[in-house]
Amino acid sequence: MEPLKIYERVQERFGARVLETVNKPLDPFMFVDPAAIVEIAQYMKDDPELAMDCLSNESGVDYKDRIEVVYHLFSYRHRHGAVLKVKLPRDNPQVATLENIWKSANWMEREIFDLLGVNFEGHSDMRRLLMPEDWPGYPLRKDFVEPLEYHGISTVRESPIIRLDPKAKK
Amino acid sequence: MSETTNTFRTEEMSLNMGPQHPSTHGVLRFVVRADGEVMREAIPDVGYLHRSIEKIAEKVGYHGFMPYTDRVDYVCAMFTNQGWGIACEKLGHIEVPRRGEYCRVIAAEFNRLASHLLSVGTMGMDIGAMTPFTHAIREREMINDLIEELCGARLTFNYMRIGGVAWDLPPGWREKAVAYLDHLDPIIDEYNALISFNKIFVERLINIGIITPADAINYNLVGPNLRACGIKWDIRKDIPYSVYPDFDFEVPIGKGEWGTLGDSMDRYMVRMREMKESVKILRQALKQIPPGSVLAKVARNFKPPAGECQVRVESARGDMGWYVVSDGTGYPWRVHVRTGSFAAMGIIQKLSAGLMIADLVALIASLDVIAPEIDR
Repeated sequence: MEPLKIYERVQERFGARVLETVNKPLDPFMFVDPAAIVEIAQYMKDDPELAMDCLSNESGVDYKDRIEVVYHLFSYRHRHGAVLKVKLPRDNPQVATLENIWKSANWMEREIFDLLGVNFEGHSDMRRLLMPEDWPGYPLRKDFVEPLEYHGISTVRESPIIRLDPKAKK
Repeated sequence: MSETTNTFRTEEMSLNMGPQHPSTHGVLRFVVRADGEVMREAIPDVGYLHRSIEKIAEKVGYHGFMPYTDRVDYVCAMFTNQGWGIACEKLGHIEVPRRGEYCRVIAAEFNRLASHLLSVGTMGMDIGAMTPFTHAIREREMINDLIEELCGARLTFNYMRIGGVAWDLPPGWREKAVAYLDHLDPIIDEYNALISFNKIFVERLINIGIITPADAINYNLVGPNLRACGIKWDIRKDIPYSVYPDFDFEVPIGKGEWGTLGDSMDRYMVRMREMKESVKILRQALKQIPPGSVLAKVARNFKPPAGECQVRVESARGDMGWYVVSDGTGYPWRVHVRTGSFAAMGIIQKLSAGLMIADLVALIASLDVIAPEIDR
């Protein structure tokens, strides 16, 4: 099924809880109400016409005024895919976990929590995945400033070559 | 007077495995909860190789990010090059010349051979067979030599560019490549005779880490790990990209011939059979390669129009998804790579329950996880 057909079908079923369908030439996508994401995801997995049996990718994007979580769904049975998005406020972003629908969400949500600071409610293991547990801030946020040191280890090195070069700007 | 009892008391213990461990394929760490030799659970701890490559992409621009993609997966860097290239071309509506596409496929398939050779070789080593590893590495070394002649690097290739490849095949390279394939074809059979059907080897792998097809899809396993569960799915065939529709090749799947469908032996055999298919693709590609240029004209200051896309390529470790968001400037707004090893690591905790500690090593090897690809 074409992505736009899929979005139409979901819209018919969920009405106003589907906020907007954006028909971009490359990958069209659909904004849904963050409060309804579990219900919509479950429907898209269970509906025999859609049968989205795989959550192929889940990632987050920081747009400076909001954070979006992006879900790339895929159906091995029908060989079609869909892209769902939810908009979250930048301070204290929260959305329900999809871990109970697709197991692959577990690690991907931990990664988003780690790098973008999105809290997934109901997640079984909401710990940082890649960064150290006491790392300050969320690296993939646009306003993230790298700390100059971590546990007494400097994160910057001055280059001796630049220092010796008289033309180099300090 | 104390009473002596003859009930033997056992106690659960926590073991640390890694991050520096010879059989963890890079810097991986597991916390193993074990009762004697039987594991209750192995909890993976990753992030030791995290370099925040996705953040780097936002700082260095589209062309500048190409060498960094090599570091996403340094065992099969051609595919990361190709994934990034295709994503940018899709965003910028660039068409790659046909010869460029052929060069990409040739380089990528050689890289797949090298990656699978390393995978099956280290797999033997991990479970105690040292000799096959030396055979596999010997063959991989020759591929490295070929690729070095092609692009000057043996591991982090940086061969591809947005719009094609950096250099055409050097003079006389095609003949060398064909000669190598003639040499490798019987070697794969020899390798099979040496280890694949060896009773000890087979016994160590069958019925270890069985993954059902439903679980494989639910955990988003990809590539050889997915096909070993009996699911015939290959991005090269099912969502064709580049010039793969030109070639005639099979997609090997696991059949559970020795043990149960989806066990470690199936994953091993799928890789062995895929090498044969790669040889087939390479022979056709080297024969059919058309003349022409290899690189499309792309602006030095490449600024794709605002938009986003997800591109999936079949890397040696399976479906690699590049999600790229452009805001119309010379720097990508967001890049996200979903890799095969990342998904494979997610399922280890579930599979490890009830296995022996020594089998964990076989399981990791059979899933072919590469640490930099998990952490990025």
